[in-house]
Amino acid sequence: MKRYTISVFTENFIGILSRITLIFTRRGINIDGFTASESREEGIYRITIEVTTSEEQIIQLAKQIDKIVDVIKAFYYLDDEMVFQEIALYKIPISSLDPGLEKVIRQHSARIISAEKEFVVIELTGHKEDTQQLLEVLKEFNVLEFVRSGRVAVAKPMETIDKYL
Amino acid sequence: MKDSRIRGADIVIRSLIAENAKYIFGYPGGAIMPVYDALYDYEDQIQHILTRHEQGAIHAAQGYARVSGKVGVCMATSGPGATNLITGIADALIDSTPLVCITGQVASYLLGTDAFQETDVVGISMPATKWNIQVQRVEDIAPAIAKAFHIARSGRPGPVLIDITKNAQVALGEFNYVPCLNIRSYKPYPKVSDSDIDLAAELIDRAERPYLLYGQGVIIGKAEKELAAFLDKTGIPAACTLLGTGALSEEHPNYVGKLGMHGNYGPNLLTNKCDVLIAVGMRFDDRVTGDLTRYAKQAKVVHLELDSAEINKNVRCAAPVLGDCKISLAKLTEKVKPAKHDAWTAKFRELEAEEKRVVVGNDLLPTKDGLTMGEVIRHINEFKADDAILVTDVGQHQMVAWRYFEYKTTRTQVTSGGLGTMGFALPAALGAQLHDYNRQVICVVGDGGIQMTVQEFGTIMQTKAPVKVVLLNNNFLGMVRQWQQLFFDKRYSFTELENPDFQKIAEAYRFKSQKVEKRGDLREAVAEMFIHDGPYFLEVVVEKEDNVFPMIASGSSVEEVRLS
Repeated sequence: MKRYTISVFTENFIGILSRITLIFTRRGINIDGFTASESREEGIYRITIEVTTSEEQIIQLAKQIDKIVDVIKAFYYLDDEMVFQEIALYKIPISSLDPGLEKVIRQHSARIISAEKEFVVIELTGHKEDTQQLLEVLKEFNVLEFVRSGRVAVAKPMETIDKYL
Repeated sequence: MKDSRIRGADIVIRSLIAENAKYIFGYPGGAIMPVYDALYDYEDQIQHILTRHEQGAIHAAQGYARVSGKVGVCMATSGPGATNLITGIADALIDSTPLVCITGQVASYLLGTDAFQETDVVGISMPATKWNIQVQRVEDIAPAIAKAFHIARSGRPGPVLIDITKNAQVALGEFNYVPCLNIRSYKPYPKVSDSDIDLAAELIDRAERPYLLYGQGVIIGKAEKELAAFLDKTGIPAACTLLGTGALSEEHPNYVGKLGMHGNYGPNLLTNKCDVLIAVGMRFDDRVTGDLTRYAKQAKVVHLELDSAEINKNVRCAAPVLGDCKISLAKLTEKVKPAKHDAWTAKFRELEAEEKRVVVGNDLLPTKDGLTMGEVIRHINEFKADDAILVTDVGQHQMVAWRYFEYKTTRTQVTSGGLGTMGFALPAALGAQLHDYNRQVICVVGDGGIQMTVQEFGTIMQTKAPVKVVLLNNNFLGMVRQWQQLFFDKRYSFTELENPDFQKIAEAYRFKSQKVEKRGDLREAVAEMFIHDGPYFLEVVVEKEDNVFPMIASGSSVEEVRLS
């Protein structure tokens, strides 16, 4: 079992997300992370799916996704074939704001993106290990809420979607 | 100026006419009523077949599609009408049958409100369709239908569904039908690569015991002639899958039999003796392969296949040839050297003789008192035309009929293969018959399956389709009973049936009918059935506890095929 990222280029078609996730549901495979946004080309959407599975299975998954009529192309990659990032937000009560917290923020190159009357929101962008590590450290400052996005990723191979259009 | 706009409902029908649809198999209801109203004006251009249940409509559309090679069209209302189509949609997906299903939906403003007969049909049908869409605006109807037909029939065919809200059906719009020829995200015919052909040809030329398996892909791809030409040149023995049956005449010298759980002895056994296995338009279904870890491990596999997701899915392939097999087979035939494999083919013939001695003889020419399913098929062969179409349901009769029916031309075999849908045969036979009233359509069905869609007798009566229905009645759900006998210590849990008087049912639907219980009456009854001009019902009471052999038990290897 390895961690893979599937990168899917699709038409913006109602139901396309369901069609893609059904491929995982049917095989009883859990999706670790999922993000969707418009790609460089207007009207073409890019979906990034993180999944832990075997090589055999990931080939099948990518082929089945590729087979969907409104999917332009699906690629899959191992972590070292991609450049990827995730974003995490941490909500900390204002009462925890002290020099200790400031030091933690500096050490992790995190930043405060919002300060409200009762809390601050800290943001960190990085790999899961980085954002998880900060979460562990921040626990002593009483994390009220924590959220992490799915990964966004670009592939290292120089192939682009153009040849499939 | 005159308003040139027409109702969405009219656009639906005129789009179907533009796609040359001959029949709509359907059932009306609230949310599809505007389309039915429109249909009233086009009776001279398109024929609607009113089935007695939506499941009957879709299986009839499947039967029509399978024998005609065209897209089958069916129509239903929202809610239960649409959900009754689902079994047929799933069946068509797994058996690659081109269908366009049109369902009515509640008006846009009612979507998501749990309105009367509202169901999320797009959601429910999504995993079972090749593509589906909901249309809420009149201007989107014609483009959706155009796209649907293109997707349904191109590449690996399949069912598509268009869910049309009632407001779109009654709104006015311009009709300008533009057929869909290209969808940028969908490339149904990958180009055959010359290097793939070279590698495949090299393996085939070097093979000492090559063996070819062909599936429905040959029929869908209209590659029957190309397959025969390849076999003529290479001398390679060939066996068919259930759905590939008929792609090659069984009289072809290279034809050695059928694959799978109840296929022939040699074709299964020798799968593990060949050195190169050439698979054409087939997907290595588990009913063909048995235990994959002991399937053709000694062989290098060449796979000619249109759907790239099928390559390396179940069986590791040494030489994949992606693309339309009509093209790849022709290219391959040109490339390979002429050869003969007489000694190797003789091995198939030896095992065929053994199967005849142990199994076939007793099936076709039984000496015991009870009638066998096999002897019924033997008499059908005696009287049927060369291009007769056999439609079967699911179970023992399906396997026996498939084993013994003499298939001489393509598109003569209609059955539910992948999904194994009981109740398929009766409506599918109607659809097959409607394609051509002049061809014999024989519907062989069991006493379990016929009761699942028995209401379609009514549709056959109304259309006067001259379907010959042959009921092989053993008063059991025979295939399940066989498994209970062999694998569940003869614990016959809920497989014995108390049956009605089937003949009376058939007669109530004005079928001419006969019931045969004695061997002496069988031949004449079959002959009479064929002579009769019109629908006919023949019930044959067969031995209660016969088993179908050869058999590869579930989870066993093809090598473990048993004759008894």
